[in-house]
Amino acid sequence: MKKTLDKFFIGESGVVIAVSGERKIKRRLYDMGITNGAEIYLRKKAPLGDPIEVTVRSYELSLRNSEAACITLEVNPNA
Amino acid sequence: MLKFALAGNPNSGKTTLFNGLTGSTAHVGNWPGVTVDKKEGVYKKGAEPVAIMDLPGIYSLSPYTPEEVIARNYILDEKPDCVINIIDATNLERNLYLTTQIMEIDVPVIIALNMMDAVEKRGDSIDATELEKRLGLPVVKISALKGQGLDKLMERAFETCKKPRVGVTVIEDTALKHFIGDVKIALEGQGVQNPMFHAVKLAELDELEVLMHKDTVNMVEAFKKTHKDEIFGDDFEALVADARYKYITKYFSPALKRRNKEKFVVTPSDKADKILTHRIWGIPIFLVVLFTIFHFTFSENLFFLGGLLPEGWVSLEGTAFEGVFGDGGINSIGVMLMNLVEVGTTALSDLVASLLSSSPEWVTGLICDGVLGGIFAILGFLPQILVLFLFFSILEDSGYMARIAFILDRALRKFGLSGRAFLPMIMGFGCSVPAMINTRTLADEKEKLATVRVIPFFSCGAKLPILTAVSGAIVMHFGVGNVDFITYGMYLLGIITALIAVILMRETTLKGDTPPFIMELPAYHAPQVKNLIMLLWDKAKHFIEKAFTIILASTILIWVISHFSFDWKYLTDEQMESSILAGVGQLIQPLFTPLGFGSQLKAFGWVFAVAAITGLIAKENVVSTLGTLAACIVTGALVDVELDGGVGAVAIMIKETGITLPALLSFIAFNMTTIPCFAAVAAAKGEMPKKSTFKWTLAFWIATSYVVSSAVYLVGTAFWTVFIYLAVAVVAFFAIRFYNKKRLEKGKIK
Repeated sequence: MKKTLDKFFIGESGVVIAVSGERKIKRRLYDMGITNGAEIYLRKKAPLGDPIEVTVRSYELSLRNSEAACITLEVNPNA
Repeated sequence: MLKFALAGNPNSGKTTLFNGLTGSTAHVGNWPGVTVDKKEGVYKKGAEPVAIMDLPGIYSLSPYTPEEVIARNYILDEKPDCVINIIDATNLERNLYLTTQIMEIDVPVIIALNMMDAVEKRGDSIDATELEKRLGLPVVKISALKGQGLDKLMERAFETCKKPRVGVTVIEDTALKHFIGDVKIALEGQGVQNPMFHAVKLAELDELEVLMHKDTVNMVEAFKKTHKDEIFGDDFEALVADARYKYITKYFSPALKRRNKEKFVVTPSDKADKILTHRIWGIPIFLVVLFTIFHFTFSENLFFLGGLLPEGWVSLEGTAFEGVFGDGGINSIGVMLMNLVEVGTTALSDLVASLLSSSPEWVTGLICDGVLGGIFAILGFLPQILVLFLFFSILEDSGYMARIAFILDRALRKFGLSGRAFLPMIMGFGCSVPAMINTRTLADEKEKLATVRVIPFFSCGAKLPILTAVSGAIVMHFGVGNVDFITYGMYLLGIITALIAVILMRETTLKGDTPPFIMELPAYHAPQVKNLIMLLWDKAKHFIEKAFTIILASTILIWVISHFSFDWKYLTDEQMESSILAGVGQLIQPLFTPLGFGSQLKAFGWVFAVAAITGLIAKENVVSTLGTLAACIVTGALVDVELDGGVGAVAIMIKETGITLPALLSFIAFNMTTIPCFAAVAAAKGEMPKKSTFKWTLAFWIATSYVVSSAVYLVGTAFWTVFIYLAVAVVAFFAIRFYNKKRLEKGKIK
């Protein structure tokens, strides 16, 4: 199943299949290791539901829902 | 002298390594044009001394943050003899991403593999020899924290820097690789240095490269048309980033041997994080932390133990430890240190005074009150400024600051700010100086500028005496309201002013998108004492330098014009009413008429103008000036500012000048929103590399205080004027929206 990262539930994980959006944001996402094939795990959401915290390439990264919406993933089954 | 540059990701232990290598030789400056710290030092333990340049912490050499541009240009233009690339071993893949970019530059590179102890603690291991072979670069295992392996690292760096190196790329995608090869040959033909680096960046159509090599851009555009990648299309930036990470996972990552195959392991840091950023408890915990910090810095009744002491029990009085206890309890660290400094400076002033006892009165006055008084008044804040700064550095260093930004981001976005802006603003309640210095954690220049400008509106500790003195006198003289209520209202006024000002700036002069929040949340770790001490020492040094230059000059000036008459005769404190300052006060008094404390006042009305002016230097001056002047006006009046906090002095002023209640509130509002003090002005200047932004900031503070306090006065005097203000606000709101919409449309057409 495909969906964007902002639609993920806490504890869900997936593999990046596409990164879209404004050039500056995209570049920043690439530089932080969010490229195709990278595995992302949604750890938690901030008290107000936004931003979110994920694990990618074995470190923790925070990003806003608007930025997470640029990342499309193939959801890992039964995670 | 040989020159080595230190490059690496943020949180990779770079600062610790730098401090370990350079020790006390470190020198902190500014990179030209931006407020990014530039740290240089010398490594002396080797065969010959080496200059070490600590480049800003970066994730990539792309040109999107000032830090990235600085690091990139330094390596390309300054041509260091060797780049020491520090790698956080616990986070190999992302750290090596930067390495794959540095490798493309024609410069000797050595890898310092840091935090190996943390990797081993997990039960994992990294084969350094294997990694060295795969990278084609020397790899040395170090522990920056324990100072292990540093000599070995430098030894190999010496060897490495002797051998010139040609840039290589890890990009394997065949078509792209060939194309980059072609661009490289073209660049070499033009005599461009570092052709490999520029060729790759050109292929990505990197903004800086496109400007630098205009003629070669066509080549890229032409290639883009013929070559369409099946996944990325013509997005070469994505293609290159993808190629780098692919190579890293394929060739470098296998050097890491994991014991635990589980992908997402729960570490102690994760457990701490679960509580600290909890959905419900996260914000209350943060508020408690914040309160504790302020309590430890400013409280004179630590842990509220004062009630346990018997009444009137102030032991240690008259001893060197007098400052430990206040009247109401145990003092906090900040207050203790402040008292300690005061003991020293008072002793020094007394000594100087006794030495000068035979010289003319004005000489003693100038040196003791003007020069020493001015410097010591400023130095008196230094302990609390440093304590506050220390606490916030600990928050930053431990990784908690990033979490606070995470928790609060959503709430601050409404004002066009990111979560990181919250702490500097809140720090303003303590002291504007460390608050402004702390805006350095904000990456976006416009956001930072807006934050620095509104920090003074978060009323600092030094403004509280004005509030209590004036509101105390209001209650006493007019018999209305209550001191706490007025104080609270004025704090609120400051906050509202700050919020409105931020929104206005972010919608008009400092327009820009809310900066992205794609940010690493580093694992929690204990802060490094050595790093903290060096940081504090550095801040103290800068502050003292400023205290002795612009602040000293201005305090001397104010002293001279308040103690000399126009015919250049020396005046004692009690004769201040005939001083140049009083004359100037009378001259500019009409300027304050719209604020209610100008020409409409009776005989001694200028005292408020004078107090407001001396307040621009330091807010402590306001109450003390009013006290001094009250004593001049009513001879024999019992005015002891120390005893009643200036309430009596202000009450006398009210009686003598016939100032109205709204005008008094306006006077408080003016002091709360205008130029805070010279120390803060100096701090603000340090955060604004451009002279014009600094000048506009001063103008902004003056304008804001004028608008806010005249509004307080007018609405207080005639309530219906509130409708005029509301009407203006509504018109302004729609005008700005209309203008921004027009501009947006214009931008779209372009």
